[in-house]
Amino acid sequence: MSIARIRGLLLRYFYCYSRSTFRILDIVFWPVMDLLVWGFLTMYMLKVNSSVPGVFTFLIGSVIMWNVLYRAQQAVSVSFLEDVWSRNFINIFVAPVRTFEFVAATCISGLLQSVCVSLIMIPLAYWFYQYNFGMLGYCMIPFFINLLLMGWTIGLITTAIIIRWGHQAEALAWAIPFLIQPICCVFYPADVLPAWLRTIALCVPATYVFEGMRTVLKGGSFATKDLIMSVVLNVIYAFLAALLFEFLFNEARKNGKLTKMNT
Amino acid sequence: MSELVLEVKNLRKEYGAKVAVADVSFVAHRGEVVGLLGPNGAGKTTAIQILLGLVTPTSGVVNIFGMPIEKERVKILQRCNFSSAYIWLPDNLKVRENLNVFAALYQVKNAKEKIDELLQMFEISHLANTLTGKLSSGESTRLNLCKALLNDPEMLMLDEPTASLDPDIADKVRKLIVKIQKDKNMTVLYTSHNMKDVQEICNRVVFMQLGKVRAEGTPKQILEQFKQNSLEDVFIRIARGGDLVEQEEK
Repeated sequence: MSIARIRGLLLRYFYCYSRSTFRILDIVFWPVMDLLVWGFLTMYMLKVNSSVPGVFTFLIGSVIMWNVLYRAQQAVSVSFLEDVWSRNFINIFVAPVRTFEFVAATCISGLLQSVCVSLIMIPLAYWFYQYNFGMLGYCMIPFFINLLLMGWTIGLITTAIIIRWGHQAEALAWAIPFLIQPICCVFYPADVLPAWLRTIALCVPATYVFEGMRTVLKGGSFATKDLIMSVVLNVIYAFLAALLFEFLFNEARKNGKLTKMNT
Repeated sequence: MSELVLEVKNLRKEYGAKVAVADVSFVAHRGEVVGLLGPNGAGKTTAIQILLGLVTPTSGVVNIFGMPIEKERVKILQRCNFSSAYIWLPDNLKVRENLNVFAALYQVKNAKEKIDELLQMFEISHLANTLTGKLSSGESTRLNLCKALLNDPEMLMLDEPTASLDPDIADKVRKLIVKIQKDKNMTVLYTSHNMKDVQEICNRVVFMQLGKVRAEGTPKQILEQFKQNSLEDVFIRIARGGDLVEQEEK
């Protein structure tokens, strides 16, 4: 693995984002819109039902944390698509870049975007709604890491699917996170799901994070066993996603679809 | 004979029932310019994609610098480079930024000096801070060549480098390629539909048609073999299957 090559790829993403107001807006605009919509909804719910205020403030925390996962996923998939759209994809893959280095660069880009979005949303949430994200304390760190890891994993799977099925699958880069959102229990506890769906939800690492967040905000503590479960699931899925990516990438080299991405 | 740089042996690529490359073999030595020619659909692009590790062959061997591309892709690509008229650099990056990125990917030492030297050589220094998307075709081609020469490649693969250029710029680019190739004793694999380019640049040509090698030799040998006055006539004859008809008649 070469740090210099990963730095080169990150430099390319940095130039790309710093040059385009629209790309920067894309990173900032949607999280802020989410925060405004869910934040004001929270304020409204507090007004009409002030007896259980804690319940509604979960929503603001959920929006902030969901965006960690979403940004990480988007960075991995969209960084790849940036090279496809600019027809630079072949140039990157005929350079001495290992697939792992390419993936690592997109993941680092995801980390940076998630951190940036969080650093914007957390003060905004406090400013608009006096929502103190710091209430989560040190739990924020394992929550953030788990969501980041899951975002990377979904991003990797999305990219692998796009490589295999080509341009027609590009829309999945935006669709897949929302496809799994209902079973991540972002805005409601797993208990509200029907039994069969709850079983699926409990196989999703993010479910434990959002459930944990609600527990901590209610004054409880995040159960270590839930944290371990989330980490274990994340590691298993990340490993499987890496295998899937490698398999579909090699398939695309066999059937010529990799080079077709450049057309 | 100088050192063998590229060895392609019985290369075959099938996409289902379609055979894109059928048992192709050829070699390239150090300092040699080999033209890979043929009509559209001849299998040239697939062959180059296999040489670059972008496509996995169905069977056959590709050794570059004595190493198999399938196993030593990164080591080989560090010593090679590629430029195509049909593959662009990101148009939302400035010329220098694009070169900075690829200098990092190829781990070029003294990248700034190297980039300045190449921009000067291709007479596009004044465009260093221009967005790549604002370049003309000729300027883009020269930028692509700057990128392709960043790592001082021992083997350069050029896919129709003068396509879509006006005769003046095409001539300049061709002369620069020849000069750099001679100065660095570089091996060049060159594909083009412009037979004037090929006759001027290539030491040896490999004609492909329908995935197979139909003829191989120096431009002079090819002309003698096909009893034609120009490579363009040979190209037309091969493209229209003339050589196959003759073989079948024999």
